[in-house]
Amino acid sequence: MIASSIIEEEAVERTVEDVVCTFCGCCCDDLIVSVKGNRIVDVRNACALGLSKFLHMNENRLLKPKIGRSTSAKDVSLSEAVDVVVDLLKNSCYPLFYGWACTSCEAILLGLDLAEALGGAVDNTSIVCHGPTILAGQELGLITATLGQIKNRADLIIYWGCNPVEAHPRHMARYSVYARGRFIEGRRMRKVVVVDVRRTPTARVADLFIEIKPGYDYEVLSALKMLVRDLDLEVDEVGGVAVSKLEELADMMVEARFGVLFFGTGLTMSRGKDKNVEAAIELVRYLNFKTKFVLIPMRGHFNVTGANEVFTWRTGYPVSVDFSQGYPRYLPGETTAVDILRRGECDLFFVVASDPVSHLPRRAVEHLNNIPVVALDPKITPTVYISDVAIPVAYTGIEVEGSVYRMDTVPLRAKKIVDPPQGILSDVDVLKMILERVGGRM
Amino acid sequence: MGKPILIRNGIVYDPMNNIEGEVMDIAVKDGVIVEDIDERGAKIIDASGMLVMPGGVDIHSHIAGSKSNIGRLLRPEDHRRSYEPRTATTYSGVGHSVPSTKVTGYRYARMGYTTVFEAASPPLKQKHTWEELNDIPIIDKAALTVMGNNWFIMDFISQDRIEDAAVYAAWLLKATKGYGIKIVNPGGVEAWGWGGNVFDLDEQVPYFGITPREIVEGLCRVNSILNLPHTIHVHVNRLGMPNNCWVTLRTAHTIRRAFGGGRFLIHITHCQFSGYAGSTWTTLRSGAEYIAKYVNSVDHVTLDIGQVVFTDTTTMTGDGPLEFRLFQSLAGKWANADVEVETGAGVVPVRYSRRSYVGTIQWAVGLELALLVRDPWKVCLTTDHPNGGPFTAYPRVVSWLMSSKARSRVMEKANRRALKYTVLPSIDREYTFTDIAIVTRAAPAKLLGLRRKGHLGVGADADIAIYDLDPRKVDPSSDYRIVRRALRRAAYTIKGGCIVVVKGEVVEDISGRSIWVDVGVPDDKIGELLKEVKPRFEEFYTIKLSNYPVPEDMLIESTPIRVNPSI
Repeated sequence: MIASSIIEEEAVERTVEDVVCTFCGCCCDDLIVSVKGNRIVDVRNACALGLSKFLHMNENRLLKPKIGRSTSAKDVSLSEAVDVVVDLLKNSCYPLFYGWACTSCEAILLGLDLAEALGGAVDNTSIVCHGPTILAGQELGLITATLGQIKNRADLIIYWGCNPVEAHPRHMARYSVYARGRFIEGRRMRKVVVVDVRRTPTARVADLFIEIKPGYDYEVLSALKMLVRDLDLEVDEVGGVAVSKLEELADMMVEARFGVLFFGTGLTMSRGKDKNVEAAIELVRYLNFKTKFVLIPMRGHFNVTGANEVFTWRTGYPVSVDFSQGYPRYLPGETTAVDILRRGECDLFFVVASDPVSHLPRRAVEHLNNIPVVALDPKITPTVYISDVAIPVAYTGIEVEGSVYRMDTVPLRAKKIVDPPQGILSDVDVLKMILERVGGRM
Repeated sequence: MGKPILIRNGIVYDPMNNIEGEVMDIAVKDGVIVEDIDERGAKIIDASGMLVMPGGVDIHSHIAGSKSNIGRLLRPEDHRRSYEPRTATTYSGVGHSVPSTKVTGYRYARMGYTTVFEAASPPLKQKHTWEELNDIPIIDKAALTVMGNNWFIMDFISQDRIEDAAVYAAWLLKATKGYGIKIVNPGGVEAWGWGGNVFDLDEQVPYFGITPREIVEGLCRVNSILNLPHTIHVHVNRLGMPNNCWVTLRTAHTIRRAFGGGRFLIHITHCQFSGYAGSTWTTLRSGAEYIAKYVNSVDHVTLDIGQVVFTDTTTMTGDGPLEFRLFQSLAGKWANADVEVETGAGVVPVRYSRRSYVGTIQWAVGLELALLVRDPWKVCLTTDHPNGGPFTAYPRVVSWLMSSKARSRVMEKANRRALKYTVLPSIDREYTFTDIAIVTRAAPAKLLGLRRKGHLGVGADADIAIYDLDPRKVDPSSDYRIVRRALRRAAYTIKGGCIVVVKGEVVEDISGRSIWVDVGVPDDKIGELLKEVKPRFEEFYTIKLSNYPVPEDMLIESTPIRVNPSI
């Protein structure tokens, strides 16, 4: 239905249904996109974030490959740009490949091929969001479920250190609080708890809001662990929360038939990091001796979950893989992109589908002044701005199709809706060209 | 496919064609076995004094998909003890019990295996399974589709709408490019959605008005209506619990009771894990004798053994409540991953120790099953990779089957008390090379309905394993170590007419076929049912119906097997 109708005369309106949204980790797959000619004119069902990505995709678009940084940049042809990239890669001893949050799994696999062929390192953006979740999961194991389990069964929903109203706007309506499933018919059959350091908009829908002191997640979770095991707390408050309130929450947890703890970067990126998540996992473990309880990380970017999946099946490790010894090595604290950049080890930085200049720590980004930077991106980002070679690519899930994973690891096929601008290829095509030229296996 | 190949003077074991150790030539052209070829221009392999068998077929192995990836994610320590660097022909990889995709293919090929079936894939995540299978090189692969806790299937069966259940199952197989019907702890995993379980055949599944017996019988009927090449593939209730051999027997017998045999067959998978007698862990006994006795007396039951190997490994199954129980007793890592509407999954690392009472019983049960079931065509060799141990342990298992001396060597160091409660020490049966060829190739291929696999007749796929082992000179009973060594590293593995392994090293990195069953249910029948199902589908699931199927172009070398159902 989609592919056949792509080539059409100008001004004929068509709609594409069941489109996978390419913005956040919710990957809502019920978007209805209206297209006029080759232009998206309307998107129904999308939230404000998704809508703006689709409608404003051509703003600040990188349209021509460029060589040279900021003001000295000049436009070149794709083949010239690829020549330069191949040259840089061939002369590099230890390239670092980074990003992968907003592209397809097919492209990520090619990134791993490249890193392996060149003996470099490869990392994805989860190091700055749910990396601690992964570490905690490796220590204890995540106790999780797909979002449909929540929709159909959960009568207690806890959002901890996350703010879906603003970050995952359709999460509550489509998958949790307001969703109607087989056993739960909407909001009135569920209880909602929000735990955060401030009264977020999400807190407004909560039956119980618990405001904790910033940096005290671990203490509060530990207190809850004691309470659900019927141990007494010999203090009046923990982390700025009255124990009576925590007892109330513990009772709600134990009495739930199916409870879920959604957690965000409020838990993973505050003091304690992976230890916070470990405490949350331990709490959920204890709860499973009394009732049914799961926890689900609120993954941010579009296909960041897919990056973890692809890394894991190919290399055994979900992030921060180093191929310098000829086989995959994983040493968090040694082989993450931040570590490698901060130590100034890599001699080339290759970015695909993300914007590390805006998001990595300053000390790490400083090293980018000393080494060549290559970026593949549809838009002009700060990273593109400082890169020595930038190659424009098509939007995965809008202009090219590809495989992506939702936050709960449900795989989806993101669709092609419109053609990319003339001469612009997908990440996959560009990476294939490069891989072929540097002598990688295809 | 490369140029024609002539394998000269090999000592051939091809039980499907009644060839037992004959010295003969085998000719290969265009990826299949042919009567004869022109020797000029052909690659000649001198196999004199070597054992030649069809390529191995693994009927049940967890190699790809969501659950395998959770296993990999959970166990960085497992990867650090086993890694393979990149070579001129192969990719690097890691993993002892949960190997990464590339090395999974290489390791199977090195052992002479060429076809592997992923044991359980939830339809919702089958795209994931196929993405991983695509990344596994060399071997042909397929995936069994999990249906035993599927809400739609359960609803249809409980409403006595068997034909609709069959149409839905046909659509599921078609949509997910699955191969057969897998049933995991029927009803029990649905109950795990509430933290519960179902322990016996006639227990009610909460809210569904159905029992495991009805699910197994219903899906067996569906299997027969659809004329699927494989039987139903059942992981029974109470798996991994003491005293479960009775549930296994009742599950097997309910098929006979309901249908009286005929085309109604059942495959009990990793039977070792459901072959225990004795009411508690401390009084655990082997129930293999009872199961073997029953299997010997009927002809509608087949099994794979799910042998336990003494090693550090990772258990993973769709049986969520089982893994929770395992976690309760081990208190180590535990990952759980429920899948909406369909199933669950759990992963727990374990270490099987021969000093332990339970470990020794488990080890003995698998071997007893293989040795006490008289007809090897009813048995497949598996370790339920990685649950009983990684698939790389198959040569060890073969040596135990072929040599009572090898078994005694293990028993000397095993738990004494446990051995008192097993009959293994008194069994002196030893498998012959023909028996081994049956349980590792011919029987699984036959059970899976793969007509071109598991034998070396003209027209078969040129999947051939050649081992540097002269069965006329080596007595496997005493020289079991030689057998073990030879099977670990095939002298040659030929896959689809291409020489992929020489002297235990991968020399060519090719991609295998993706096999699935295309059930010829008329499209209008499926369309009509889906029209009815769609509103409820989208109420229960969190994705749209149109985004559920796996598009065929996702599969590398898609190879559908067309079957004609009787609807």
